[in-house]
Amino acid sequence: MKKIFALVFLVFLFAVQFMNAYGIQRFPKPEFESGYVQPETLMPNPRAEVLAIMDIVVLIFCLSVVSWLVIKKRSRNKVFWMSLFALAYFGFYREGCICSIGSIQNVTLALFDTSYFIPLSAIIFFVAPLVYTLFFGRTFCAAVCPFGAIQDLVAFKPQKLGARLNAMLGVIPYVYLGLAVLYAATGTDFIICRYDPFVGIWRVNASFGMFVFGGLLLVSGIFIARPYCRFLCPYGVLLNWTSRFSRKHITITPAECIQCRLCKNSCPYDAIDMPVTGKNPDDKRTMGRKLIFITFLIPVLMLVGGWTGSRLHEQLAGVNGKVKLAKQILNPVSDKNQAETFEMEAFKSAGKQQSQAFAEAADVLHDFYIGGWILGGFIGLVFGGLIAGLLITKHHTDYTPNKGTCLSCVRCVDYCPVKVT
Amino acid sequence: MQNRRDFLNLLCRGTILTGLAATTGVLAYRSVKSGNCELGSSCSNCGKSDNCSLTEAVLYRSTVWQLDPAKCIQCGRCATNCVMTPSAVKATHVFAMCGYCDLCGGYLKPDTKNISTAAENQLCPTSAIKRKFVEDPFYQYTIDEPLCIGCAKCVKGCSAFGNGSLQLQVHHDRCKNCNQCAIARDCPADAYSRVPASKPYLLQGIESKPDDKQIG
Repeated sequence: MKKIFALVFLVFLFAVQFMNAYGIQRFPKPEFESGYVQPETLMPNPRAEVLAIMDIVVLIFCLSVVSWLVIKKRSRNKVFWMSLFALAYFGFYREGCICSIGSIQNVTLALFDTSYFIPLSAIIFFVAPLVYTLFFGRTFCAAVCPFGAIQDLVAFKPQKLGARLNAMLGVIPYVYLGLAVLYAATGTDFIICRYDPFVGIWRVNASFGMFVFGGLLLVSGIFIARPYCRFLCPYGVLLNWTSRFSRKHITITPAECIQCRLCKNSCPYDAIDMPVTGKNPDDKRTMGRKLIFITFLIPVLMLVGGWTGSRLHEQLAGVNGKVKLAKQILNPVSDKNQAETFEMEAFKSAGKQQSQAFAEAADVLHDFYIGGWILGGFIGLVFGGLIAGLLITKHHTDYTPNKGTCLSCVRCVDYCPVKVT
Repeated sequence: MQNRRDFLNLLCRGTILTGLAATTGVLAYRSVKSGNCELGSSCSNCGKSDNCSLTEAVLYRSTVWQLDPAKCIQCGRCATNCVMTPSAVKATHVFAMCGYCDLCGGYLKPDTKNISTAAENQLCPTSAIKRKFVEDPFYQYTIDEPLCIGCAKCVKGCSAFGNGSLQLQVHHDRCKNCNQCAIARDCPADAYSRVPASKPYLLQGIESKPDDKQIG
């Protein structure tokens, strides 16, 4: 009899122990006699969905107005005021989310992961600036992007960096873009958002690291105009390439260039190409040799890059949650005194099989192996392009904005003495 | 020479435009067609989400971040990893789940000798839980929302000893709805997900918000 009691008691204890806390009430809700009214659970509503449509409308409006100001009005002053508006709306009011730079990752994730639901605003924020750039040049950078706007405000004493340094630092955005796409495609992380330097300023509230990074960029931005836009921004890479094929683009002079060189110093971004005239610097033979060299160099660089990338795929995948968990399962905490990690605790309480966790991690590793080849090949291609750009000199007679790097800020226009009467 | 360059430019422009249009088309089509209708039990039209003609299922819906209390292990990272200070994640009291216990596992420290409102007896580091006598032997516990830091100590206590009526939730008036939630990527239990903005809370044990849209 005693045994049965003990058994029942044990069963009861186990039942209490394993009763999922949620959904089953251990203590039934009391029936109140004093007329007590149960308060409502606090659940504040999120931002209304209609406001996402408003963001899209404001974006299209800003792009249209700025493009018109840049191409038709050619007015630096008005572009500046538009940039202040963008800073206020997309920066301080919308607090940096949603933004075109980050939307690269949403689009990538949506393309690779069909279960991810991409909001309409993310698609539009990705596509609209590219389409406008394809027709009018980088007017988005000029005065619609809050990142550009805040850096433009502090560009007091811009220094010339020289073509070489500009070209070399200009490689960083490509690497950043490649990494961001790799991590977004594998569903690991959104690194552009993670290392967003200005979101702390928009929200007046961020981690110490974020503030330091943003502050450093702004301080260096006094001497190197728009450091993020030129040497970090991954979306700038896409805009750079679409802008090269733009239908229209801002011109420095409204008529004939008189070669006065006044505009050259006005550009804070080193985006004005000097005329390359006079004697042909390269005769046909050296040109041919250079071309052959480049056509051999680029595939070699791509292969070397791809191989290196595939070698590094385990390191690249190290930040992925599934890979991290698998590593922890393989190397459990040996020290008895040391507490179990939260990841292991969660894994155990979820009741998942170890083999399943390993299979998931192996899938991720495989994705990173392929991604490593592609990323490495891409970086090799970029370096090849850099070398090709430095070797080949293009001929043109006038001072013209470089369609790729020109941010359409309209500063140079005021400096041109040629006026249409 | 100039003509050839113009033609090449036109060609590239056309290619890029086509590419962008195709990407947009694919993404838009997928989003409209995707069967991830999460209206769940509030919708009576379920089981044919692919052909669902309800506006809520067809129109683009925005998403917000929310954590699933069923997966939560109360590690305390919600309090520290949010980009906001204090965290946008806070303990939420589901009164319909509460047992109104005198000996509340979420309010009192486990080793407390006598039940009182003295600060040293309270589990909450900021004394954000207010205890109020209702009628013998029941007490009502209310969270002082601005004081709560989302540390989940009370949630742990309540789910271990009580009904689990205290649950962590992202409070959407505070959440900035970051593109990638900073807590989500560090959550050991993978409890965070993007949920439809029309149904932004994942409280356990009760039906969703009483005034939630009833469809069908």
